[in-house]
Amino acid sequence: MTRFRHRHLLGIEPLSREDVLAILDTADGLREVLDRPIKKVPALRGKTVVNLFYEASTRTRASFEVAEKVLSADSLTIATATSSVTKGETLLDTARNLEAMNPDMIVVRHASSGAPHFLARHCKSAIVNAGDGAHEHPTQALLDALTLRQKKGRLEGLTVAIVGDLLHSRVARSNLWLLTKLGASVRLCAPPTLVPPGLGALAPVTHDIDEAVRGADAIMMLRIQSERMAGGFVPSLREYHARYGLTAARMRHAKKDALIMHPGPMNRGVEIASEVADGPWSVILDQVTNGVAVRMAVLYLLLGGAPEASL
Amino acid sequence: MSAIVVKGGRVVDPAHDIDGPADVRIENGRIVAVGKRIPTRGATVLEARGRVVCPGFIDLHTHLREPGREDKETIATGTRAAAAGGFTAVCAMPNTEPVNDTAGITRAILERARTDGAVRVYPIGAITRGSKGEELAEYGDLREAGCVAVSDDGRPVASARVMRRALEYAQAFGLTVIDHCEEPSLTEKAPMNEGPVATLLGLRGWPGAAEAVMVERDVLLAELTGGKVHIAHISTAASVDAVRRGKRRGVRVTAEATPHHLLLTDQVVRDTEYDTATKMNPPLRAEADRLAVIEGLRDGTIDCIATDHAPHTVDDKKVEFDQAAFGIVGLETAVALCLDRLVRTGIVSVPRLVELLSTHPARVLGLPGGSLALGAPGDLTILDLDRERTVDPARFQSKGRNTPYGGWTLRGWPVATIVGGTVAWQDTAVGAPRRRSDRRRAPSRRRAGGS
Ligand SMILES: [Zn+2]
Repeated sequence: MTRFRHRHLLGIEPLSREDVLAILDTADGLREVLDRPIKKVPALRGKTVVNLFYEASTRTRASFEVAEKVLSADSLTIATATSSVTKGETLLDTARNLEAMNPDMIVVRHASSGAPHFLARHCKSAIVNAGDGAHEHPTQALLDALTLRQKKGRLEGLTVAIVGDLLHSRVARSNLWLLTKLGASVRLCAPPTLVPPGLGALAPVTHDIDEAVRGADAIMMLRIQSERMAGGFVPSLREYHARYGLTAARMRHAKKDALIMHPGPMNRGVEIASEVADGPWSVILDQVTNGVAVRMAVLYLLLGGAPEASL
Repeated sequence: MSAIVVKGGRVVDPAHDIDGPADVRIENGRIVAVGKRIPTRGATVLEARGRVVCPGFIDLHTHLREPGREDKETIATGTRAAAAGGFTAVCAMPNTEPVNDTAGITRAILERARTDGAVRVYPIGAITRGSKGEELAEYGDLREAGCVAVSDDGRPVASARVMRRALEYAQAFGLTVIDHCEEPSLTEKAPMNEGPVATLLGLRGWPGAAEAVMVERDVLLAELTGGKVHIAHISTAASVDAVRRGKRRGVRVTAEATPHHLLLTDQVVRDTEYDTATKMNPPLRAEADRLAVIEGLRDGTIDCIATDHAPHTVDDKKVEFDQAAFGIVGLETAVALCLDRLVRTGIVSVPRLVELLSTHPARVLGLPGGSLALGAPGDLTILDLDRERTVDPARFQSKGRNTPYGGWTLRGWPVATIVGGTVAWQDTAVGAPRRRSDRRRAPSRRRAGGS
């Protein structure tokens, strides 16, 4: 069994199709641990992981923490509100201080695109990107892919619509890379103000949600933040919901067995109606469970485990 | 009497259409003779065989940071960097702390330049008080104190009304208005060029149109007022086109381009994985823009090459990309980059490069220098087109190390800088100037000190 050849996980873009499959297959193997009565394996005993979160995040942070515990890593979490970060210490100083404790890995969430690359350049530890600005959120894309593969049995040939704030979304970028690497076809949908230039070269873009949903195997809804109204990107949440919100009525255009995904946290009544979020199409809660499995796989592979492990 | 004769070089003086072997004699700080076999009696002799001798290069766009940000650069270190880069004069942008918006600050800068400066310093005053873009600064006082132009560089003049008044009022004192063209409502918190690369990197985009709308505006306002506007660091195809059309109509508009906008594109931000040495304002643009700027350089739309030398401390740059300061140092790499990447590739000739770096900068702001006319300042830049050296930021004279060119091996370097008849800097690998009595030949292995 070959070892996973990357030192860091900075994004999906630099990964090969084989790399992605290695992570997904390993996650499949590890997920079974989560169903055991004693959810703990010694795979990462003696390894130290620091979760460095510069942005509020409940689910990603909790998901990494659970993954670390299940694998028996020693971990500690530093979030902005509880660290010297708020006192104006630089990212590099904070990271160097943490490095003095000799961690094996730093999991970083940061509002600045490229912050994980910056750490990777200046630190000795393995760096995992837990979301950087509008750049990438690789573990989110991996868990989305894992969920799709479980539900549909494959990724190749699927049609996936990604709908919402494409301009500011790292989830959209990571998913776009991942899905196209694995042979799914992606459609993007947003109002023109929320489509960054050049994205159309990577996947077709439409401004009509009905067109995006029609015949799709899965629909990924992106969160729209209320500050986008202030930025003049859309006139009102009301109009956004009317034109770009996913409602049960719109789901009539989708395939019968289409899946609805959302990286969370959801704005019910804005980008997604509750009847859809809680409806039969929704796999939003499966995404959460799979999130732990892919993060276990990433930790395990980067810290020296062999792909497709079963423990 | 002090005298120096630069002997046997290829003298290039576009102002007088000179390009050929000649000697240049400087006495008491002024050019007194240019021609064949000029007497060397009583003079220090600088052997320049195989080298190119030009009127001293003038940088229209330098941030010396003093007063106020001496941690980034001082007049002493910045002018030493200029000398080491082949510049005999720099125009100092006013965005110091405080902003150079009053005669007292201008005089203080000139006084410091007199005591500490390795090359000439021409201060640029602010367009508006505090460069806040609201009330005009006192141009009469600034001019009298020694300012050679006005600019709010680093900040745009957002109000068209203020720009109009500046272009009108500056005419009373013969001042050119240098504008940093950026429509601020389109560039908020944007660290790089808007386009596919920024999209992939997830960085906010600074669209080229934010520059071009201001260039168009400035050209129209210069036309309206009859004022003289100079476009700083032009970086987009549409901006070049606006200047070209303006010139065709007879508008008094000139423009400069930086080496980085001529040589690099936004792709390097991605290639270097968010290296903050690739972050500047205006940002590196798309390839089509870069080619349009080069075309503007070729067809005469762009008058000058200027460095936008912007030194920063390590702390200003060793942070997240969107948090980092804008700008790179340029004085010690600009000439070599131009020689290697523009002259050696045939994009511009040596005389054209001298025009871009000396003749035109002097003409644009009405500065002394820029030619080897008899009586002109005795400022010379001497180039060795074959010298090869690798850029090593650790050896910069500038305090700033923020450059994307570290490790680049370039062929064609300045080897000596003469200011007012005195050698301000000389490449140690080239050998010292010798007295007349010294019959030893100049070292022929000029690349001996390379790398
Ligand atoms: Zn500027």
